[in-house]
Formats: sequence, structure tokens, C-alpha cells
Amino acid sequence: MENVKPSEVKIWSRLGSCGAFGMAMTRLAQRYENLAVITADLCFYSGLERFKASNPDKFYNVGIAEQNMVGVAAGMASEGMNVFATTYATFASMRACDQVKVNMGYMRLPVKLVGMTGGLTTGILGATHTSIEDLAIMRAIPNIVILSPSDALSVVGLTEAAAKYDGPVYIRLTGTMPSPIIYDKDTEFEIGKAKVLADGDDVSIVATGATVATAVNVANALKYEGVECRVVDMLCIKPLDEGAVDKSIKKAKLLVSIEEHSVIGGLGSALADYICDKKAPPLLKIGIDDRYEHAQSYETMLQKYGLTEQNIIEKIKKKLGRIK
Amino acid sequence: MRMEDNLNDVSKSMRQRALILTNKLGNLGAHIGGTLSLIEIMATLYLKVVNIDRDSLYDENRDRIILSKGHGALAQYLALWKKGIIEESELETFKRDETRLTAHPARNASIGIEFSSGSLGQGVSLGVGVCLALKRKNLKSNVYVVLGDGECDEGSVWEAAQSASHYKLDNLTVIVDKNKLQYDGATEDVLSLKNLQEKWKSFGFKTLRADGHNEEALYKALTAEHEGQPLAVIADTIKGKGVSFMENNPLWHNGRLTDEQLKTALSEVANGKR
Repeated sequence: MENVKPSEVKIWSRLGSCGAFGMAMTRLAQRYENLAVITADLCFYSGLERFKASNPDKFYNVGIAEQNMVGVAAGMASEGMNVFATTYATFASMRACDQVKVNMGYMRLPVKLVGMTGGLTTGILGATHTSIEDLAIMRAIPNIVILSPSDALSVVGLTEAAAKYDGPVYIRLTGTMPSPIIYDKDTEFEIGKAKVLADGDDVSIVATGATVATAVNVANALKYEGVECRVVDMLCIKPLDEGAVDKSIKKAKLLVSIEEHSVIGGLGSALADYICDKKAPPLLKIGIDDRYEHAQSYETMLQKYGLTEQNIIEKIKKKLGRIK
Repeated sequence: MRMEDNLNDVSKSMRQRALILTNKLGNLGAHIGGTLSLIEIMATLYLKVVNIDRDSLYDENRDRIILSKGHGALAQYLALWKKGIIEESELETFKRDETRLTAHPARNASIGIEFSSGSLGQGVSLGVGVCLALKRKNLKSNVYVVLGDGECDEGSVWEAAQSASHYKLDNLTVIVDKNKLQYDGATEDVLSLKNLQEKWKSFGFKTLRADGHNEEALYKALTAEHEGQPLAVIADTIKGKGVSFMENNPLWHNGRLTDEQLKTALSEVANGKR
């Protein structure tokens, strides 16, 4: 990435994914005169206060009106503005879904839609505010690139990649504050490209978003027990990095997907769709099973859904035990 | 020749062509009722109000017309034909496979269709976005969004209306084709809109009322001053206007026209006064 100071990686990480997004927008304002950022009454939450203060002419608030937000973004995009529209992932994908379909999918207007609190981050606020369905919804709409950063640097890097891209994009922000630090400032982020964080021939773990840091820890733990794991950060859910998947299914005895999303329709399903007609090991999908949980803290949510580091290690070992 | 007489002939011709094309589609039919209520609105907009023409289709200084009431597409294509942007021969392809003239508009700058529409209630938001961008770019073009009255049931219309007035979008004009019907019957019976003009006014729009089948009245309303706020023109129309068995009849929202019916309809339009 260009123009990233070493100190910034730490600073952005402390801000979490929304704060990092706000920083990304402030950086982009320098480069793109035609930048427009729209929020549906979540400026403060989106880390956009600084952006709004220094770029008031590029900032728009439509109030608590997500359908209008996506339509307005589309109208601006049609006139050549580089538009980012942001709200919670669940509202972006569900409340405004028809506008997403018609404006972004059908007309391919180059709106960059940013969904905050994807997954279980805001579990304390209950199912209305978490998003376990957004990847499934976005995947089903043609023409939308789906990006899923895993740390603060990738939030900034993928946001910058989206700004360069002349088409509609959905960016899913997950995880809590601080973000883990996975990548260094010299990393390049591209649409359509996954990154390999560890290599090993026994198990291939493909993870996305906030689960990637956990996946790295899982792989390290399994290594001590003699299980060599490949870890892939699927930074782009659509288009899926098929080459990365091909390499992951060549030797592994088991393919594992991890996501803070329903096991229906998300990363795991994307992998299953891809490998179903190929020679591949069995796929263990680790994610949110088909139910809503009662409101509780993020940490408890992860436990209840079996998404903690310990849960995942046990699930993988159990599955390995059953494979000849 | 007064504008009225000039446009009157144009409207008659558009009406007749709409009926012929609907008949030609046989069982496929067309949204003829809502097309006929839109004729004068489209004719006035395209031929008298906006600066759109064949040479300015890609010019950023052009005015923009957004047909939010997408099922009225045929009225738009006919106006574009009268404006010389769509060839007469292409009209025959309406709703056929491979056509550019789809049942609901499909975005295509080369024929002056700004956005795809059909899912009701989305056009005002698009208009707001365009208006905001025009102001950013310091362009003086105007944006006209055509809505149906049934379409005003959609909450998204009102989200957009609020933002239009919040941002003082005086380059935005909304025209409601108030033909008092929707698919399931009279708007009053399905979901009463009460005083629609008052509603737009309370949302911060300057509002004007006009006879939607009188080009002069429409022109006056559509070109009225509205400094510092968007304009809403409520156009009183008749669904199926011009054809006795269609007027005010909800069954003609989407209808098929037999040869017999076409014959009657055409002669009524030919002999009809306004």
C-alpha cells in the first residue's frame, strides 16, 4: 500500500474496523475530488466524524432511511461521483435490498456499499443489529463484488481497491476494537485475491473477516498436535479466488471454512458451490448454524455458536478423527 | 399555432400509436391505462419543458427525466419518438425479444432512458442523488421524476421526499400522474392517500395542481419558480384517457386490445375533444 506510516498500522488497529474505514475515507478524499460519502444517521459510529469535519462538501446524511441512502448513492454514482454509502450490514443488505438489486445488481451503478457490524459484533444489541445473512444475500445478486477485510490495514487497502473499481461493491466490516494486526504496510490488496497466511498439507482452513485471526491461532495450536494447516484469508468472497481454492484442495485431507455468518449461503457455501464438481476433500463448514441467538455479548455469542478458538480446534479434530 | 393545438395533435398521435402497439402485442397486452393517463405529461415534458434532444443525450448539461412509474414506459418511448430520439420503426419492437423498448424502461443513454425502473417508489431517491451531484458539479440542469399516485403508497418515496427538501433541491421536480386508480381498484378504496397535494407540501415541496391532460396547464406548472425547494406537480388525469371503455376502469391497468376494440378506440381518439 502507498503512503502508510508504520505507526498508522497500530493506530488504525486500535480504532477497529469502522474507525479504520473512517480513516480510509479521509485518505481517499485527498485523491478523489469526486468522492461522496453517505450515511444513514451513523456518521459517528462509522468513524466518519473526522471525514465530515475536513470534507463537509463530500459528506451527506440521509437520516434513518437506508432505502433512500442506496438510491441516492446510485443517482450520484450515475453522475460520475465515487460514492461510498454506509450503514449496519443488516440494514444495508436487507432493509435496502431491492435498491441494492435494482441499482447495483441490475443497473451496475458503481455504488460502494459498506456494511458495518457484520457478523456478531453487536450481539449485545440482539439479532436485529447483527448480520448473519448479508453474504448470502449479496452473493445471490449478480454483478456485486463482495469484500471481507480481516484487519484494519485490509479495511483501508480493500476500501482503496474498491474506490479504484468501476463497478458496484459490498464491503463487509466485522470484528471488534482493537482489530488484530495481520498484514504489514507493504501489503497490496486486490479485488479477487485471497492471501495465504500459513501453509501445510493436512488441513486447509479458509476463513474470512474477523475469524481470520482466530484461524491463524487455530492453525498454530493444531501444529503442536502434529496437524499441518494451510490458512487462507478469503478477502474477496465474490469473485471467489478459485486459484487459491484449487491449491487448497490439492493435498489436504480436510477443507475447513470459518465465518461469522450463517452456514447457509456464505463463505462455506461459496466453497461448496465451487468444489462440488471437483475432486476435493470433505468440507467442514464452521459458522453460524441456522438459528438466532438471544441478545448477549460478542464473546458469549461466539461461544454459543461454537466460533471460539477452542470450539474450532475441537470441531476440526473431531472431523479429522472421522476421516480415514 | 398555439402550443395547445400543436401538442394536441401530438398527443392524439401518441395515443393512437399506443393503442395500435397494444393491439399488436395480442395476448401479451400492455399497461395501456397508465400509459394513456401519461400522454400529455410526457409530451409536455419532452417537447416543451426540457432541453433534451438527440444531440445532447450524453451532454452533462441536459435535463434528466426519470420515469419512476416504470410501467408507463410506452408513453415515454412515444414522447422520445416525437422528439426524434427513437425511430418510428423501432416502436414496433416494443416488448418484443431483443428490444431496447422493454415493458419497463431499461437504462440506455443512447435512447435517453436515464435509469431502469419498474420497482415502484425508487425514482425520487435516484432523482435526489442526481440533483445532489449536479449541484456538486455546478450544473444548472433540472431533474424531473414522474410518479404514479398508487406509487405514493411506497414509503421509499417519502424517505426521498424528506431528503429532497432537507437538501433544498430546487433542481428537482416531481410530477404525480394522479389517475386515482391502481391495480386493485380506486386508490381511495385500496389505500386512501387523503390529500396528496397537502402531503407533498408538508414534506417541504412547493406544490401545484394541474389538469394532467392540458398541455398548457402542465407547462405552466412544470416551469413555475420554486426557489430553495423542490417542486411537486399533482397532475389530475384519467387512467385510460381518450377511450370510453378504458377511462377510470381498473381492468385496463394491464390489458389486451382486440381488433374490434382497437377500431372503436382509434375512432374515439380521432374524434375526441380534450
